[in-house]
Amino acid sequence: MSFPWVKHYTPAHPFMKWMDDRLPIPRLVYNAVGGGYEVPRNLNYFWNFGFLAGLCLVLQIVTGIVMAMHYAANTAVAFDTIEMTVRDVNWGWLMRYAHANGASAFFVVIYIHIFRGFYYGSYKAPREMVWLLGVVIFLLMMATAFMGYVLPWGQMSFWGAKVITGLFGAIPFVGEPLQQWLLGGFAPDNAALNRFFSLHYLLPFVILGVVILHIWALHIPGSSNPTGVEVKSSSDTVPFYPFYVAKDGWAIGVFAILFAIAVFYFPNALGHPDNYIPANPMSTPAHIVPEWYFWPFYAILRAFTQDFFFIPAKLMGVLAMFGAILVWFFLPWLDKSPVRSGGYRPLYRKFFFFGLIPAMAVLFYCGGAPAAEPYVMFSQLAALYYFAHFLIIIPVVSAIEKPLPLPFSITEAVLGKDDEAQLSVPAAPASAV
Amino acid sequence: MAETEGVRRRDFINIAAVSAAGVAGIGIVVPLVSQMSASADVLAASSTEIDISAIQPGQAIKAVFRKQPVFVRNLTPKEIAEANAVDASSLRDPQTLEERTKEGKENWLITMGVCTHLGCVPLGAGEGEVKGEFGGYFCPCHGSSYDTAARIRKGPAPKNLEVPDYTFSSDTVVKIG
Repeated sequence: MSFPWVKHYTPAHPFMKWMDDRLPIPRLVYNAVGGGYEVPRNLNYFWNFGFLAGLCLVLQIVTGIVMAMHYAANTAVAFDTIEMTVRDVNWGWLMRYAHANGASAFFVVIYIHIFRGFYYGSYKAPREMVWLLGVVIFLLMMATAFMGYVLPWGQMSFWGAKVITGLFGAIPFVGEPLQQWLLGGFAPDNAALNRFFSLHYLLPFVILGVVILHIWALHIPGSSNPTGVEVKSSSDTVPFYPFYVAKDGWAIGVFAILFAIAVFYFPNALGHPDNYIPANPMSTPAHIVPEWYFWPFYAILRAFTQDFFFIPAKLMGVLAMFGAILVWFFLPWLDKSPVRSGGYRPLYRKFFFFGLIPAMAVLFYCGGAPAAEPYVMFSQLAALYYFAHFLIIIPVVSAIEKPLPLPFSITEAVLGKDDEAQLSVPAAPASAV
Repeated sequence: MAETEGVRRRDFINIAAVSAAGVAGIGIVVPLVSQMSASADVLAASSTEIDISAIQPGQAIKAVFRKQPVFVRNLTPKEIAEANAVDASSLRDPQTLEERTKEGKENWLITMGVCTHLGCVPLGAGEGEVKGEFGGYFCPCHGSSYDTAARIRKGPAPKNLEVPDYTFSSDTVVKIG
């Protein structure tokens, strides 16, 4: 946002002046991530994860383009080309494991980013559009990750593709033709592998486009902050450059250390041994599970074992699984509390830490467990709570809760007093009258 | 004057142009969507002949039909009796064993080996595989159990295992598709 105290871009060098009059990209960058973007001074480390998510996207695009140079989307050779990339291509092992673990890292970062939003009410007015675009990015990420996991054409790739496209078969009337259309056949085969490769290459660039919209929408009101109090005066903000560039640089360092540990020492820790067996359409692995980042939603899918009136259990599970994410689209309007931050909402905070987080943890665990008792019952209870949290608890809590007193300003929250804003306050209503 | 007689020239041109663009748009979208459907070579590989002479009662084999598994099972008299002992109308997908087999060949249960839930291959056709609590097939993915007529009895699957179109070419050869 252009607060009145924002510094304006002034090109110094004659070439930069020439450029600014013709294609003002340096000005755009300055206003987006430079000295021209004023950011609340009190952001905590959870605010680093948006930047890290962007870093992960770049990492995935770069390593992904390299992988595509050595990969062939044909069922006869796809599995072997991945193995040959790892064994024979110079640094191929690094590219492959960085890409595979990069997907996991991306989801770790994005889940923290999303739950930051839940806790601090980042989805509330005037940032609803930032939130909605974020949910779109998450859905695109899930589609991209799923199709990428199919490409090595191992057992988990094949059966993952079969089960996930089978979800569409649950839709009444059009389900089966739709599934055959998606696969280009009766079961996953060459046609499906080729189109998944094509889309897996396309979607990251679609994500990049939506990310640009996400950042654009964010820069209209400016970043939120842990108090949830809007920026009031120049003492509440610091320019993105150098302050948050430095802080994000520190986050890159921590991220890089953890990522390197995963890639160099535990490259297969998050994978499934079954995916080192080439795809076999005649034999399902004994225990098929998706990648870890889909577990909570997979648990919801499997929680529905009984028909619900006239809706078959299968369709119900599919609707619930998609509904679990689609409900996020309505969050800005389900939560009516004018207070954003969970830090000043005692009741909301309790439900967040002792309701939503444990429910997600249970769903996460059960999604990776076999489809048997007691896991099914636990998923059912956790799925029930999950939907109740968004559809019942959040609206009710926001209606009955008595929030704690908010600090007058960000500066007061940080320093304990805010001389500048206190002085300017009486003037504002006076001039408004 | 042309201006006052019914349709005006500008309106006509406007409607005609938008309609033509709409038709052209549909003409572009149809091939783009249709190209993703199963291609001719995929559709062509759609019948399979299976020799069933070596399958003893109580045994089953997995064959391939449209790149998917088919279970051919030679039911024992006990399994047939178990299937017939169930009141078909009480089932999720009510069908009798008779309706799912050919007349005079009630012991030959031929079904797709594709779970009707999300498409996994159920266990129970191979030697030594678990058959689930109803003695037919058991899907390891999400726990659907099928009985000795491959009817869904428990778990999330909505339908019985699909019976493909097939004919007995002779007593020992089945043509599927």
